[in-house]
Amino acid sequence: MSEGTRKDGIVSGRLGPDQYVSNFGDAYPPLNPHEALVAADRCYFCHDAPCITACPTEIDIPLFIRQIQADNPKGAAKTILAQNIFGGMCARVCPTETLCEQACVREAAEGQPVKIGHLQRFATDTLMETGTHPFTRAAPTGKIVAVIGAGPAGLSCAHRLAMHGHNVVVVDGREKAGGLNEYGIASYKTVDNFAQAEVDWLLKIGGIRIETGSVMGRDYTLEEIRTDYDAVFLGFGLSGVNSLTLEGGDGDEVGDAVDFIATLRQTTDLAALPIGRRVVVIGGGMTAVDAAVQSKLLGAEEVTIAYRRDKSGMSASEVEQEHATSAGVRIVYNAQPVAKTPDGITFEYTETGPDGLRGTGETFTLAADQIFRAIGQSLTMPDGAALDIERGKIRTDTEGRTSLPGVWAGGDCALGGEDLTVTAVAEGRDAAESIHKALSA
Amino acid sequence: MADLRSNFVGIKSPNPFWLASAPPTDKEYNVRRAFDAGWGGVVWKTLGLDPHIVNVNGPRYGVIYGADRRVLGINNIELITDRPLQTNLDEIKLVKRDYPDRAMIVSLMVPCEEVCWTDILKQVEDTGADGVELNFGCPHGMSERGMGAAVGQVPDYIEMVSRWCKAATRMPVIVKLTPNITDIRYPARAALKGGADAVSLINTVSSITSVNLDEMAPEPTIDGKGSHGGYCGPAVKPIALNMVAEIARDAETRGLPISGIGGITTWRDAAEFIALGAGNVQVCTAAMTYGFKIVSEMVSGLSDWMDEKGYGTIDDFKGRAVPNVTDWQYLNLNFVTKARIDQDACIKCGRCYAACEDTSHQAISMSADRTFEVIDAECVACNLCVNVCPVENCITMERLPAGAVDERTGRVVQDDHGDWTSHPNNPGAVAAE
Repeated sequence: MSEGTRKDGIVSGRLGPDQYVSNFGDAYPPLNPHEALVAADRCYFCHDAPCITACPTEIDIPLFIRQIQADNPKGAAKTILAQNIFGGMCARVCPTETLCEQACVREAAEGQPVKIGHLQRFATDTLMETGTHPFTRAAPTGKIVAVIGAGPAGLSCAHRLAMHGHNVVVVDGREKAGGLNEYGIASYKTVDNFAQAEVDWLLKIGGIRIETGSVMGRDYTLEEIRTDYDAVFLGFGLSGVNSLTLEGGDGDEVGDAVDFIATLRQTTDLAALPIGRRVVVIGGGMTAVDAAVQSKLLGAEEVTIAYRRDKSGMSASEVEQEHATSAGVRIVYNAQPVAKTPDGITFEYTETGPDGLRGTGETFTLAADQIFRAIGQSLTMPDGAALDIERGKIRTDTEGRTSLPGVWAGGDCALGGEDLTVTAVAEGRDAAESIHKALSA
Repeated sequence: MADLRSNFVGIKSPNPFWLASAPPTDKEYNVRRAFDAGWGGVVWKTLGLDPHIVNVNGPRYGVIYGADRRVLGINNIELITDRPLQTNLDEIKLVKRDYPDRAMIVSLMVPCEEVCWTDILKQVEDTGADGVELNFGCPHGMSERGMGAAVGQVPDYIEMVSRWCKAATRMPVIVKLTPNITDIRYPARAALKGGADAVSLINTVSSITSVNLDEMAPEPTIDGKGSHGGYCGPAVKPIALNMVAEIARDAETRGLPISGIGGITTWRDAAEFIALGAGNVQVCTAAMTYGFKIVSEMVSGLSDWMDEKGYGTIDDFKGRAVPNVTDWQYLNLNFVTKARIDQDACIKCGRCYAACEDTSHQAISMSADRTFEVIDAECVACNLCVNVCPVENCITMERLPAGAVDERTGRVVQDDHGDWTSHPNNPGAVAAE
């Protein structure tokens, strides 16, 4: 028997077994071959296409769509993966509505862009289903590079280095490789253990060794790595979670959204995962949306996202926001948390004045038996790593070089670009090219 | 309310839409359904001599798709009727009896011997059919046996058989022409000389629709082999329109009634054929793709358009476009236009730029912010940008007024007509009087 959605407190097993399965299925089912052809046919094959410019990895989108149209989805996948080895994951998690699809001329013309993300998924799925890896390695260079962090930035860098004939050791503190793809993204965006399957597929290039469970600053130092390897790439992301101290204290009912998402992703039995009857998520990013929607999918009766700025300030895109609201999540804008109460949380309304955001003095209280903080992550520099930091990130130049010779960085831990999977992939790839250039000199 | 009634060489039908001789008119059941759906007439699927021919038992059709599996063209290797002659004749008689107001034309294909034609014509007359159509068009199968397109490709044979038939029957004789020939005017002239009442065209175009790259065989494939078929459907319409126009404006065949055939899918297609001189139209692929109901759209569309234009009858606009079909040499070289891009309508896809820059005259500029503008000094008015622009009316061609300077040539645009016949570069030019 399921506990139901109306039982107070944080409880597991709110839903029946079938409901968990259907709730956590693919949120956006893949296109079938005919749908893909129809969708592909809408592409105008623009000259110097705006969608390419809008893609952080600069995938030749018109070309890959034309390849799908011409019955060559595997060729399309190669076009995608040559620029973005995580083309499969990016097809699932990219906020395309603010990137390629926003730039699509058919968005300008009729508000209906070509379904670039779906088409990319169709192409990459078609290739990956065959189990083949389309890239081969150059002759061995004898060089060995350390990549710290097995997320999108690190693995993208590692793959490109391996292609160039270098050997790569990827070190990650977690148990599994994949980074946020494995631990930080809503499960309905990456069903069927896709993140691990993609990592396995990526590693087929050869020359990449993964070491998990080893943390820089605890198990080894940057200096040791610099000495032992020909080059170092740092792609360890943002391990710090921004804190928020609420008056009234943080009990067990208050947690970080990133931990909730990671736990959910790693669990094999969703019914065993407890969730509150009334959940409040504080924040305005994709992490907030992923946590809120999955709370709802786990059987929470009421889920509210409270965000301190207005709708346009939210870093989760409108599509993400709509996904949340259509899943039954309420979004309250212009509300900043003030204090925890015994059975809920009090917010104050805000407005934007000449000096920025300010409270209006008017408050309201939301009943809550579970509260998730999703107000951003921050860089935690490993002990002993003396790198220049700028605006809370590792300072890098356009090629990803840090202030330390022989050390590159990319992804969320490095300066520049949005904190997106696709940006991390681009930075990892470009840093690999820079490393390759340096090692070949 | 427009009057759609048609009188084609004395054959009356409530509208000008006939089903062409083809699979849809193969037997009584189909034809009754067609008449119930509103078709004005049918040309019964081609009859031949007994013993009746046989068809392949594998696929008969190949297809060319546009987007979303839209049928653009079909290729077929089906032969003439594969049922006994008497069966067909009996059914024709029954259907004509029950639908006296509809046109019933019978398509015929027998060997080039006079007795074959005279015999079968007598039998057809007994059915009460309104007319016959001589199938000199099918390019596949029967042509290997000296019939169909094999006759249509030899004007002398067309004339000879037409003459035999006219002498042997009171029924109007329509000659169906094959497009698989260099100049359509020759077979049309031959039909006229032989006394035919009308020509109908086009029959299908010899074709291989595609090649199966796994089997390395043409489609449709029968046990690993394929044979060329006849291509029809929207893809062949431009070929058909030209051939109809050539006959309509030829000095010798001008006025010869034409039944227009070739990719007619909507009322507009039909109106175009009629404007180029066709007295009525025949349809096949559209019916095979969408079913007989499609005639409802054709009838209502044609009627609405005629009302809008003030045409009371089909004859009111028949052939109206023929005088405007001319030889290239008479086109006005003083008609100077330039492309104009509506910046508000432009969606910045850059297709006009790619087309012009790569394949034409480098007459469109592209700025860093993707503004595309026409360079008058380079624009030859080819129209390619208009054709490839995905936004209707975003790019248009604007005529330069007389007195304006064409920046490309530096010449002042002239008010009068000036064509190749009087152009100084033409060695054979005739000086203007």
